[in-house]
Amino acid sequence: MDILLEQVEYRYAANSPFEKKAVEEVSFKIPEGQCTAIIGHTGSGKSTLLLHLNALLKPTSGSVKIGDRTVKSGRKEKDLKPIREKVGIVFQFPEQQLFEETVMKDICYGPMNFGVSEKEAKKRAAYWLKEVGMPEDVLEKSPFDLSGGQMRRVAIAGVLAMEPEVLVLDEPTAGLDPRGRREMMEMFYRLHKERGITLVLVTHSMEDAARYADKVVVMHKGRKVHEAPPRELFSDAERLSEWGLGIPEVVKFQRMLEAKSGKTFPKVCLTMDELAEMLKQGGGLS
Amino acid sequence: MMEKMIFGRYIPADSIAHRMDPRAKLIFVFAFIAIIFIADDVWGYLIAAVFTYASIKLSGLSLRFLISGLKPVMILIAFTFLLQLFFAREGNIVLELGFIKIYEEGIRQAFFISMRFTLLVFMTSLLTLTTTPISITDGLESLLNPLKKIKFPAHELALMMSIALRFIPTLMDETDKIMKAQMARGSDMSSGPLKDRVKAIVPLMIPLFVNAFKRAEDLATAMEVRGYRGGEGRTKYRLLVWQARDTLALLSLIILAGALTAFRFWI
Repeated sequence: MDILLEQVEYRYAANSPFEKKAVEEVSFKIPEGQCTAIIGHTGSGKSTLLLHLNALLKPTSGSVKIGDRTVKSGRKEKDLKPIREKVGIVFQFPEQQLFEETVMKDICYGPMNFGVSEKEAKKRAAYWLKEVGMPEDVLEKSPFDLSGGQMRRVAIAGVLAMEPEVLVLDEPTAGLDPRGRREMMEMFYRLHKERGITLVLVTHSMEDAARYADKVVVMHKGRKVHEAPPRELFSDAERLSEWGLGIPEVVKFQRMLEAKSGKTFPKVCLTMDELAEMLKQGGGLS
Repeated sequence: MMEKMIFGRYIPADSIAHRMDPRAKLIFVFAFIAIIFIADDVWGYLIAAVFTYASIKLSGLSLRFLISGLKPVMILIAFTFLLQLFFAREGNIVLELGFIKIYEEGIRQAFFISMRFTLLVFMTSLLTLTTTPISITDGLESLLNPLKKIKFPAHELALMMSIALRFIPTLMDETDKIMKAQMARGSDMSSGPLKDRVKAIVPLMIPLFVNAFKRAEDLATAMEVRGYRGGEGRTKYRLLVWQARDTLALLSLIILAGALTAFRFWI
């Protein structure tokens, strides 16, 4: 299922003294089965944009095509549930959305809202809890007795248990320790590879965008300013810094090596492994 | 929806109302609340309405903006209106539809009470819309200061008030955020039978309460580590200055009170 944004504009509190344009003239495509990263400085409109991906916000002008449904400005939309069932969003700090007495009930909340039977929902809860790396015995615990990181995992399991076709992640690893961060991202990436889930990654982390994305969309002051595969994007550090963004550490390191040796590598390496491989093969360095 | 709600928000602008001394504004609003109860006929309410309209004009805010921002409160007012309309049992029957009887006095009361309510909400909103929470607190504290002699905790009360006011918009934004998160999980708060809709509030309220308590605790800690010890020996950065316009505003209130009293008892 592709998601297609066309000339999307969103104004908060339209027609009031608070009116604020958060997003304007944004068009791009989120292709099925790919990982699309949306990066941008704080306040660049990326979080507003992601609310359009499952019709939580309706554009004030333009349209969003989600699968075969089109959400357009000025039209009353009925029955948005099918859209929300297909597009799951993991919000920033998702642990704030936990509310049930037990972890089991909380994970079942989403699936059961979409008409999954209780029995099936419980099965999914147990399955997805394991997938996010939590022991099974927390199922009967209160989510409020868990640590922050564990609550995050449970909340994510609650979204995954809806088994959406498209998974939108808004800074899913913010506030986690480095290990939790890597584990979490690897888990999402594995789901993406194994199950073909379409990933949309809204992130501050250039590392994550470089490592996981097939395509990176750059937002700046509410507009889309660039759209490119990561290798192309991160080869131009100067332009990125214009948008208040940087390049991954690996690329920085590669640039320093290049400056020292006076030779240029044939390509920009996006991960440590890639760079190591390149160096092993000589990489143009003696 | 929530972002439109203006109750308790401050809107920065430069107007006569914005520049007034917060003490004057506080006295003004509280006195207005008392004075409006003098009105009891069409003329009285008309004068009070004109007075309120003039105050809105002097605040540089548009009436349309106020009305759209106070819509949720308007629903409450409409409800009060209907309640009065159907349940007041005095005077002549004007309309009879089956078991519903509408009395003359019911119409009168419904109209007046909702009118009073509307004016009160407008006036009190003007206070918060044109005054920063900090100024309101400063004003309140300064007004309550004389009571410190009888061990009244003026500073603490003012602080509590300012914290409460400060957190209204924060909680509103938070409600909006959690609502979106639960909607993304398939919660449906705007359609379906009433029973389901009431049920859909639980996933909203619990995270909201949890967060509010967490926030309160964090705030208390943050205050403590910065050595908060109440109002003792505290000086003020913003000094309150009473000016001619403040006296004038209070004078206008006295005139309003006089006019309303005149209409009520002599005309």
